[in-house]
Amino acid sequence: MSALTVKLKIDNIEVEVPEGTTILKAARDNGIEIPTLCSLEGLTNYGGCRLCLVEVKGAPKLFPACTTPVSAGMEVITNSEQLREYRKMTIQLLLSERTHVCSVCVANDHCELQSLANKLGVDHSIFERNWTRKEIDSSHDFLVIDRNRCILCTRCIRVCDEIEGVHTLDLKQRGRKAEVIMDLDEDWVNSCSCTSCRKCAKVCPVGAIYIEGEPITRTKNKDVAEFILTRRQRK
Amino acid sequence: MSKEDNRRMLLEKALKEYDFQASALLEILHKAQSIYGYLSKDLLMDIAQSLHLPPSTVFGVATFYSFFNLTKPGEHIVTGCLGTACYVKGSEQIMQAIEREFNVKRGGTTADGKLSLFVTRCIGACALSPAIIVDDEVIGKATKEVVIERIKQLLGGSNQ
Repeated sequence: MSALTVKLKIDNIEVEVPEGTTILKAARDNGIEIPTLCSLEGLTNYGGCRLCLVEVKGAPKLFPACTTPVSAGMEVITNSEQLREYRKMTIQLLLSERTHVCSVCVANDHCELQSLANKLGVDHSIFERNWTRKEIDSSHDFLVIDRNRCILCTRCIRVCDEIEGVHTLDLKQRGRKAEVIMDLDEDWVNSCSCTSCRKCAKVCPVGAIYIEGEPITRTKNKDVAEFILTRRQRK
Repeated sequence: MSKEDNRRMLLEKALKEYDFQASALLEILHKAQSIYGYLSKDLLMDIAQSLHLPPSTVFGVATFYSFFNLTKPGEHIVTGCLGTACYVKGSEQIMQAIEREFNVKRGGTTADGKLSLFVTRCIGACALSPAIIVDDEVIGKATKEVVIERIKQLLGGSNQ
């Protein structure tokens, strides 16, 4: 890491971080919490969920904190009335996009989308819901994907590519038709590259990928990517 | 069989031209579609292995762009222009009429594999709107009667 450091202000607190650090990391390292869904320690940042949007003084637009590097003299606001409104709206859009019914979901009470909604005070969605009927693939011995609960954060895809290194998972189509697929859109059991490593289920923030017959609390492990990456780098 | 070999050779040539670079995926997909007419799963797997790319990535790219066809198109291809000018002039109604008449949905192919119906956005012939392309012939100022008649002629011809 570069020895050069950059001074900036986050929420009026003066902080000093190494050059090239993202706003998100700079904030978290200094005890300032920014809500995220797609970002995960140990994986490359994707900037897909738009929950970490922050204001930068003097700039006309908002910036995703997870992919924006800091620059000297930057004045970042991570929590304002407007940002809270936007974040609530983003959560509502996520909830309306597919079929999210907490009471029948395996990840109920252990869901990052649900807990963020609670934290940000989202108790209903002002948008009309798309009650999707996407395919549920339970062909694999123990891994199950319910695409109706997927928020397309691509954590599973990134962990599969960057940590496990097989890149079985990817997205097909785009927009509202986008879906997570295995290899050439095969059923999971027919996937030739999947190593059944379970990392996708461990990092899934919602109940979209889970392990059949295993309590969700045992499956979920957000730190798995960073854990493996740190060990790999130490070697 | 020899036709198949020929196609593979053409694809091989394109792959070599781009030096089997992963970044040439889009060009290769274009080339493959122009050689084979559509992108079958076997073909996508072949391309993925040649470029050393994950199959899921190749599938993702091929489905991201509406230009690529993953199913075998019919013998005859009808493309309706739904660009602004054609739409205003009633191409949507013509498309619906074709869908009803030949029992085919846009983007799909009839059960007998004879006719495919596609949609495009502006073919640059707005002065001729509404424009419907039947095989490679552009029918300008089209009406549903004219278009359906023309398609029937074609389908009748291929039956003989």
